[in-house]
Amino acid sequence: MDIIYTIWLRNMKRYIRSKSRIIGSVSMPLFFLLFLGFGLNSVVQLPGIGGNYILFLVPGMVSMSVMFTSVFSGIQVIWDKQFGFLKETLVAPVSRLEIMLGQTAGGATTAVLQGFIILVLSLFIGLQVSGLTGFMIALLFMALVAVSFTAFGIAIASRMEDMTGFQLIMNFVVFPIFGLSGAMFPISSLPAWILPLTLLDPMTYGVEGIRFGLTGASQINPVVCFAVIGGFSLAMTIIGAVLFRKIKI
Amino acid sequence: MTIALQIKNLSRHFNDLVAVDNISFDILQGEIFGLLGPNGAGKTTILSILATMLTPTSGSATVNGIDIEKDPDGVRKSIGIVFQDQSLDEELTAWENMDFHGRLYRIPIGTRDQRITELLTLVELNDRRDDIVKTFSGGMRRRLEIARGLLHHPAVLFLDEPTLGLDPQTRNHLWNYIAALAKEKGITIILTTHYMDEADRLCNRIAIIDHGKIIATGTPKNLKDGLGGDLVTISSPDPAAVADALKGPWIARVETHNNEVIVSLKNADQHISTIVTLLNARQVPITSIAVHKPTLEDVFLSFTGRTIREQEAGQKENMRMHMRMGRH
Repeated sequence: MDIIYTIWLRNMKRYIRSKSRIIGSVSMPLFFLLFLGFGLNSVVQLPGIGGNYILFLVPGMVSMSVMFTSVFSGIQVIWDKQFGFLKETLVAPVSRLEIMLGQTAGGATTAVLQGFIILVLSLFIGLQVSGLTGFMIALLFMALVAVSFTAFGIAIASRMEDMTGFQLIMNFVVFPIFGLSGAMFPISSLPAWILPLTLLDPMTYGVEGIRFGLTGASQINPVVCFAVIGGFSLAMTIIGAVLFRKIKI
Repeated sequence: MTIALQIKNLSRHFNDLVAVDNISFDILQGEIFGLLGPNGAGKTTILSILATMLTPTSGSATVNGIDIEKDPDGVRKSIGIVFQDQSLDEELTAWENMDFHGRLYRIPIGTRDQRITELLTLVELNDRRDDIVKTFSGGMRRRLEIARGLLHHPAVLFLDEPTLGLDPQTRNHLWNYIAALAKEKGITIILTTHYMDEADRLCNRIAIIDHGKIIATGTPKNLKDGLGGDLVTISSPDPAAVADALKGPWIARVETHNNEVIVSLKNADQHISTIVTLLNARQVPITSIAVHKPTLEDVFLSFTGRTIREQEAGQKENMRMHMRMGRH
């Protein structure tokens, strides 16, 4: 536990110092929220779901912020590899599992914090959290998404030599997972052939869970959401840990 | 004297490449032991095996009496390492880098803080303890890494090319630190280097390594004395004729490398005129002639027939620096 805390602590220190990164990764979902939200608010009708599009979009953008930050945090292991710092940790008398879990905890915490910033900013454009319970539910789902995708990032980083493949992963893996998840549109309005894809996407359940917490309404039963994204986060952590064990320096 | 490290018939293969080829040697406690050889000779591989970061293909080794394969964690606890490439977190301060290390090695908080202050003072970085490492010069970073490597009081300290890429002044400074450390703390230090002067100046004993094999072991003095006195290097368009002309009981050895003939003999200054007279009598042309005390470079040359590939080393170093800069 003390080792996990040590590595978590290092991640926190780096996070707090990287002001540009904090602002950088908040800006993207925030711009999406503002442009898409205000731009489409009057045009888009949401059959079956009360409220307007911009409030529908808020949970989606919170998810986006959490997901992208966590993938990025996980992939940062590559930088530690390149800058040599990973050697310092790997040669210490600690297990790789502890290192991986510490890294996951650190990355996930930063991701949840980033999502939280979007959440707070959304309060200014009309988001009304239903209550403490709803807020805690949203936070729980944010944490599960964060753990899943930090572990996912670490798994990828364990197999990659340098950052050159990063763009490829972002465009062909991360973005499709996000795009299919129903963060930006209600999944009930999708054509029938896409729907199964969306339901196969674990992120869908994360987004819907966060949406349930924040707005009190979701298209998938929150218990199902919890089971799927919870299971996914566990699976990703195991895969990440296994691949991290094999890392070569 | 107790044995700090024992290496027996150690080999490491990477597919077809034999990086370490059946090496054996012992290192005594408190010694500064140097692994000297050109880049790619297998020095870092040996260090990685001893630090349990690589497993040997065959053979065995103990560090501080602990078997590297049976109890890698035990080995890790008793060693400190300064890697060839920097391994600090540049975004953290000097203190935080030390603190992180202390926590990883589970040093209790009180002892930890006290030791960090003590070590940062030792490497003269205590006044910069709260500065981000990014602002540090190459020499400062190296000193910080050495301090960090000592934090958990290791019995053995590994230094992989400790002065690579540093300016001469900083190197000198660092050598003094390392020598003082070994003396004060009684730590066994193993360092790898391809700098002859470094090995000569710093090490009690060295092993010269080439192509994964140990080609000579001994104190720098013994190795140099083994060449048989001073060295006279004669360049000539006809080296064979030179070698042929120089024979006699006053000459210890004659070796030919390319266009140079290297003659080992005692009191070379007194024999220069004899050599010149001899060669002139046979009408052997001389391009140049030089006398010098033997260095480890000459030892390496005499064992391998090649000079340590300084040029190649320089290129690699440049590339490494280049890569490092490119990352910022």
